[in-house]
Amino acid sequence: MIGLRSTRRQFVATAAATASASVFPRPLLAQGAQPRIVVVGGGFAGATAARFLKRGDPRLDVTLVEPNPIFAACPFTNEVIVGLRDMRAQLFGYDRIAAEGVAVVHQAATAVDGQARGVTLGDGTKLAYERLVLAPGSDLRFDALPGYDEAAAERMPHAWKAGDQTLLLRRQLEAMEDGGTVVMALPALPYRCPPASYERASLIAHYLKTRKPRSKLVVLDAKDTFSMQRLFENAWQELYPNLEWVPVSSGGNPTGVDTAAMTVSSDFDTYKAAVANIIPPQKAGHAAELAGVADRTGWCPVDPVTFESRLVPGIHVLGDAAIAGAVPKSAFSANAAAKICAAVVVRLLRGDAPAAPKFVNTCYSLAAPDYGFSIAGVYQPVNGQWLEVEGAGGISPVDAPRAFRSQEAKFANAWFNTITSEIFG
Amino acid sequence: MKARHALVTAVMACAGVIQAVAAEEAPPGAASCTGCHAASVNVDTSVPRLAGQDASALVSAMQAFRGGQRPATVMDRIAKGFSDDEIKAIAAWFATQR
Repeated sequence: MIGLRSTRRQFVATAAATASASVFPRPLLAQGAQPRIVVVGGGFAGATAARFLKRGDPRLDVTLVEPNPIFAACPFTNEVIVGLRDMRAQLFGYDRIAAEGVAVVHQAATAVDGQARGVTLGDGTKLAYERLVLAPGSDLRFDALPGYDEAAAERMPHAWKAGDQTLLLRRQLEAMEDGGTVVMALPALPYRCPPASYERASLIAHYLKTRKPRSKLVVLDAKDTFSMQRLFENAWQELYPNLEWVPVSSGGNPTGVDTAAMTVSSDFDTYKAAVANIIPPQKAGHAAELAGVADRTGWCPVDPVTFESRLVPGIHVLGDAAIAGAVPKSAFSANAAAKICAAVVVRLLRGDAPAAPKFVNTCYSLAAPDYGFSIAGVYQPVNGQWLEVEGAGGISPVDAPRAFRSQEAKFANAWFNTITSEIFG
Repeated sequence: MKARHALVTAVMACAGVIQAVAAEEAPPGAASCTGCHAASVNVDTSVPRLAGQDASALVSAMQAFRGGQRPATVMDRIAKGFSDDEIKAIAAWFATQR
């Protein structure tokens, strides 16, 4: 099979060279070939890309590489943590994606050769590709906050990846005696879905208020400002006298943890925690390092029109791992960008120029189960980076009535149902 | 000569196949909409589907959101990011979707 393919590819390449003077050297699709696309990572970005590549041109040979047979979605796990939602509502399989003709391989990528254009899997299989879509998500840095390594995360969960960590934090909150202090530590930007850390603070405060009224929450933050800040702070003032936010200018910068003593230190103080939720600094997922597409920041610079890596040609980087200018690292933007990238890859394989893209991001946050608000932005590439369209987007009105907040909480739920249906349904 | 003729025929045939089977590409901005406006009819949501809707109705709605004449939670903020031409292209595309 492989032999046949490479023979055909050689033939096609020769034909293309004589037939086309395009700046794109190998318009494979236009010549009737079946180009091989490998997608590494089956989260919001990767699973979307795999599905929409196959829909964009059914003759593409698309393989999705994802070690986990079940995807655990992160949005709404803050509700799981505080007992308002079942973890099963977060779990999705890849059957419907496979049914559309995507080869789904449950292996980890162990090596990526951007020169030879091949991916090696955990079982030794080698997959050749014409284009690689890399959606490795974000990894937690266990070398960044003194005392916080993988073992420490078993005592002080990060719960920043959905799954066992989500349920561990939930169990710890449930087991905590009324009167105990919960301490959260938040990192500096950039990291995955920053508003979710303030949503989590809100929902933990909601849980304590209703279930552990003598307890309080201290949030140590490496930032002074954050997304939707006025909306969150108004909600906290209205609902949560038990929540103390300590920004970096008040000494809130987290400087280390001691799991034996159950303490979290900041610039100015040391806090004794009954439960500690540590969100450490982050970087692009491991596959980005394997492929050599991450720069010294730990994240991946990409061309905003094609999402192609600026470091390794032929590799498109999507989702949290990419440096996408003003665009936040959200599930919504991962999905939206993946659909655009899928269309771009099809164009490139046909030998067509990529169209100038434009997309929307909308992120909902909950300050309480029936109290939601949003931030929206419209983005387009300007001078090589994604910029927000001026005059558009922004946050929910600061002075809106509770009915408005309740409506946005409903839309938040509807968004989750819709986006997961589009990707996995 | 004969081989080259066969190749040309094959390429033309394939070009026809591409037209027939590939999904039509969404115009700029349109791919984002289905993050909230479900493509499938089987989603539990109160947010309206856009697929198959009348193009002129979609254009009017977007223009009213953009101008602040139509009540909104988030669509007013989003509509401000699109020109009339962009809105028309997006509306025309959704009108053809099913």
